[in-house]
Amino acid sequence: MATQLTRAPAVLAPAPQRPRPRGDTVGNWRWSQRLAFGACWAAGIALCVVAIAIVGYMAVRGLQYLRPDILFSRPEPGLAQSETGGILDPILGTILLTLIGIVIATPIAVATAVWLVEYGRPAALARLVESGIEVVAGTPDIVLAIFGLAVFQLHLFAPISFTASGGGVFGRSFIAAGAMMSLIALPLVFAATREGLASLPARLREGSWALGKTKICTIRTVLLPQVRRNIATGVALGTGRIVGDTAIVVVLLGASLRIDPQGNVPGLSVLRGTGSTLTSYVYANSPAGEGNAPQKAYAAAFVLLVIVLLINGAVDLLGRRSSHVELGV
Amino acid sequence: MSMYDEVGPADPFLEDDVPSLPPPRRRVRVDRTPLPVEPGAAPFARVRDRSSGPERMRLEGLTVNYAEARVVKGVSLSIHQGEVLALIGPSGCGKTTLLRTLNRLTEATATASRGGRVLLDDQEVEQIEVTALRRRVAMVFQQPNPFPMSIFDNIAYAIRVQNRKRPGRRELEPAVVDALRRAGLYDELGGDLDRPALRLSGGQQQRLCIARAIATRPEVLLMDEPCSALDPKSTAVIEELIGELRRELAVVIVTHNLAQAHRVADRVAFMYLGDLVELGDVDQVFEAPQAQRTRDYVAGAFG
Repeated sequence: MATQLTRAPAVLAPAPQRPRPRGDTVGNWRWSQRLAFGACWAAGIALCVVAIAIVGYMAVRGLQYLRPDILFSRPEPGLAQSETGGILDPILGTILLTLIGIVIATPIAVATAVWLVEYGRPAALARLVESGIEVVAGTPDIVLAIFGLAVFQLHLFAPISFTASGGGVFGRSFIAAGAMMSLIALPLVFAATREGLASLPARLREGSWALGKTKICTIRTVLLPQVRRNIATGVALGTGRIVGDTAIVVVLLGASLRIDPQGNVPGLSVLRGTGSTLTSYVYANSPAGEGNAPQKAYAAAFVLLVIVLLINGAVDLLGRRSSHVELGV
Repeated sequence: MSMYDEVGPADPFLEDDVPSLPPPRRRVRVDRTPLPVEPGAAPFARVRDRSSGPERMRLEGLTVNYAEARVVKGVSLSIHQGEVLALIGPSGCGKTTLLRTLNRLTEATATASRGGRVLLDDQEVEQIEVTALRRRVAMVFQQPNPFPMSIFDNIAYAIRVQNRKRPGRRELEPAVVDALRRAGLYDELGGDLDRPALRLSGGQQQRLCIARAIATRPEVLLMDEPCSALDPKSTAVIEELIGELRRELAVVIVTHNLAQAHRVADRVAFMYLGDLVELGDVDQVFEAPQAQRTRDYVAGAFG
């Protein structure tokens, strides 16, 4: 700041006089500008058309096959379409997996962001942490899935994994899949929290320190309540990503369409067990998968789309509200 | 519509110095709205024959460096209870840095380093636990910075000591009300302490910050241009408040507004490029300055 102020800009050469445009309308533009203008419009409209097409097509096909009993009945083994049941388990699986992923990701992400913004020393470690999170954010989900499988097949993780009677560890369970899913959400929660903390004015921190408060007390009482909305936005974005992810589900949650508990401990048995989500259900029932029941796939895909759109709407709403909040700036 | 429209005003917090009013030759009073003063109370006027109280803080050869740059160069002065010490000087001359050294807030800046001694009641500030020190040497900032909580919680937050069982609302209420009273804010609030603090006006927010700072009964109150973000009316109210507060504690105020320094201060320290050029009673510094630099500055020749 001070260095900028020390030197006033040198006297500017008089700007070359350009003829004032006579009316800034498309008619007066050069052809290259008209072309670029038209291309911008076309790109925007094309995106809208694609979005409407996806939602419209899925709505038509989905609503065609969606019956209330499909929503509330479990998948059944059967050859005929009428015998294969509904999508209750995939819906529950989606919710459970998302919950696990978010519950694991949020505290870690928030803690990391707080450390980075409020402490961030040594600087080399801070840079390392940031690039580490960038690597996680940039890793394709199928790579995360394969890596997760390699890790959770270790005997160490037998207690949280679907296991064969001989003692073989499959490395597949809700916990295993949820743990890898948390890596999908973590960078988003982290980035949102970091941005929120970084945007808080320094006088908020100094005001608290000047009252004889420690850094940790300041973070807990003054700063974190201020970034609650940022965290919520990050969580909502992460939720959207987890709900939409397929590769990790297919690789790490097992191939069973029904939620298949392992062991006898209530609760834990579900977490240890395998299951499915809407994405893996769509994959399994599409002609590309093994089920070849496109009607069910369309119905499930439509439900998935509605869930994702609802989450996006919630993110928008959160973002809009947070811009209205006075931050004491 | 040009690209330059995008650029908003600079963050006032970053701006160390705001342009001050042209300094007066004689004592000038800003038009102020009379305050509701309880009958019988003496009108606000500086007591000329001050009997300055006991010494609270003493600086001995204080130097502060930011990385390589020395911004405070061997300043020695003492701060007494019962008087207002105003630090004046042109922008970037180390006034704010000096102020922030007194409660060790410069330690939050990684590049800052300090030499010389700062004593609070004859004890080196390094030897006092920093949270305890800051409860005894409170600070009010340039921008009102109430926390985004209720009015009550803002002050309760200051009162609560860490690592103790958190006292409840009933136990804290008298202390909170007392702090608000002393900051002259209580009557304006109409008993509603649960309002968000950010809903208050700028002047009220600053007085809330003062209430928060004095809630712990500090011995010294540091004020870093407390009025530069406020309108003249709020400024007058706060200046009046400073006059009240100096009875019970030592006040150090950094100001760019020479008229304000003239109005509120008992003693004035003029700093220039990190040096303490002149230190003396307010009338002496403003009306018969010893140093040529002080004479020029007070006369408005530079700044």
